[in-house]
Amino acid sequence: MGQTIAEKILSNHCGRDVRAGDIAVCDVDFCFGQDGTSSIIIDSFRKLGVKQAFDKEKFRMVIDHSAPSPSIGVSEIHKKMRIFAKDFELGLYDIGCGVCHQIIPQHGHVTCGDLVLGADSHTCTYGALNVFSTGVGSTDIAITLASGKNWFRVPETMRIVAKGKLPAGVYSKDIILSIIKDLGANGATYKSVEFYGNAITDLSVDARLTISNMAVEMGAKVGLMEADNKVLKWLAGREREKTPNPIQADIDARYAAIKEYDISNLSPQVAKPHAVDNVSSVDELKDVRIGQAYLGTCTNGRLEDLEIAVKILKRNKVHPDVKLIVAPASREIFLEASKKGLIDVFVEAGAVVVGPGCGPCVGTHNGVLADGEVAISTANRNFKGRMGNPNSFIYLASPATVAASAIKGRIADPREYRKRLI
Amino acid sequence: MKKKKIKRVKGQGSRVKKTRKKIAVEEIKIRALPQHTARRLKVRDNINTDYVISGRYKFSIQDPKELSRHIFEDIDPEFAARITKGDILVAGENFGCGSSREQAPQALKWAGLYAVAARSFARIFYRNAFNIGLMLIECDTSFIDDGDSLELDLDNGKLKNVSKGLAFDIKPIGSVMKKLLEDGGVIEHFKKYGGFKF
Repeated sequence: MGQTIAEKILSNHCGRDVRAGDIAVCDVDFCFGQDGTSSIIIDSFRKLGVKQAFDKEKFRMVIDHSAPSPSIGVSEIHKKMRIFAKDFELGLYDIGCGVCHQIIPQHGHVTCGDLVLGADSHTCTYGALNVFSTGVGSTDIAITLASGKNWFRVPETMRIVAKGKLPAGVYSKDIILSIIKDLGANGATYKSVEFYGNAITDLSVDARLTISNMAVEMGAKVGLMEADNKVLKWLAGREREKTPNPIQADIDARYAAIKEYDISNLSPQVAKPHAVDNVSSVDELKDVRIGQAYLGTCTNGRLEDLEIAVKILKRNKVHPDVKLIVAPASREIFLEASKKGLIDVFVEAGAVVVGPGCGPCVGTHNGVLADGEVAISTANRNFKGRMGNPNSFIYLASPATVAASAIKGRIADPREYRKRLI
Repeated sequence: MKKKKIKRVKGQGSRVKKTRKKIAVEEIKIRALPQHTARRLKVRDNINTDYVISGRYKFSIQDPKELSRHIFEDIDPEFAARITKGDILVAGENFGCGSSREQAPQALKWAGLYAVAARSFARIFYRNAFNIGLMLIECDTSFIDDGDSLELDLDNGKLKNVSKGLAFDIKPIGSVMKKLLEDGGVIEHFKKYGGFKF
């Protein structure tokens, strides 16, 4: 019986053949924490009483969720992270570097076939790069930082095949929202998900990262894809030259479930308050007025996302009732966007461009919502209170839908700007 | 059970004299299982960790006792104040989904909850809870309401709703989780064995 990608990667990292359901203690290639989770990593690591990290090069902390700090409490946590980094000679990406899930692969810390743990649930993002990467809690990261290992229950795998050609104005965010709508918030709980089909392989790597990023929103442990030439090219030339070890599932691998989707007639999708699987077509929401639009995050803060939004915003103005906030996912993306004139378009349209980081996604700064306020965002979560106010409403959508909505002042169909998007 | 030899000494009452061989005496103890009050939110399923502890607090407060005062604030501002030590939080499907924040099980533990019982748990929360020694019980919770009196019979793998006269089978926890719970959490386990020992 053949193996799935998850079974192979975990087997490679524990030195024996393991299958779904087995417990394996594995060597971890890279682990990290962000400024919402590092405080407990630090406390737990100090409690373990080890003198040094297992490998300084295989760990980073990132300040991204509240960067720069909006309050004394957050500043104290950032200070704690900087002290810890100095005490144990560990790397820290400070404010302005960007969102962890962009900068970790961008700086070459991970490659195909790696096993990665992050104290952030969207660590599944790098599955698009053929990395077994999954979110865990802070103490788990402290254990890995001390020992270089952690224990895993080898997951069963769900195979998802997405076929068809995306219509104009419809993007990878719409694909993953429609899948989450179908499977539900716990449709893939504990499972590894493998994504296949030409609807996936036709996508750029940026667009694929969006899909893997949201695998956790249906409960999945990892959201894996194969490494094709696009992935290898994306990984090549990074500042750390890690040798990729692309892993494919065997032809006779065993799957817990197989789901097929045809996205040829997919419309732009929107997740309504207050659940990610509460998804409708944009057609049904055209009367929803908005007060804020947010373009950014680990889901859709990449250069391609900014470019798509700019195609719609160019020579248009943000609606007077709307605040459009833009957060490039990394310093490098910000610079690139600037060189290409994208930042000018945002500012001229009336948007506010904030520093690289998570922006208002987690409700700590950069656009906390007022009572009754409605926001449309390219983020991956819309739980009650997510953007800082439980008395507000968050819709999730693609960069194109968010840009169109920012102009119209209501949830709008980006296909109205089809000619600009082709 | 062997009879104890009784040596009678004049004027001194009776004394039990131990025989040279050790006598195995089976102790029969009759003890009542402790009662736990069920605490249940109106939201049944998919209670995510943002709801357990909002980002408004989680990103800036390090003190778990302080965090525990704000649990579920965004969906039920009065809930935290109703919890007394030893209560069991009861939920439906997919409890603890969403963010990996370890502050979620931490705040629940510091609020004084004895355990969380749910029909199913999300994976990161599940792992985090056992890592810090918070007990999770997976069973059918459909017939448990807020305020019901519960008994946890771990020896027989049952959660009993004393108020309703019902008992539910607890899904056995895996060997790894069992060991972590026995050792008081993963840090304690790691320090005890110098690594993983499952």
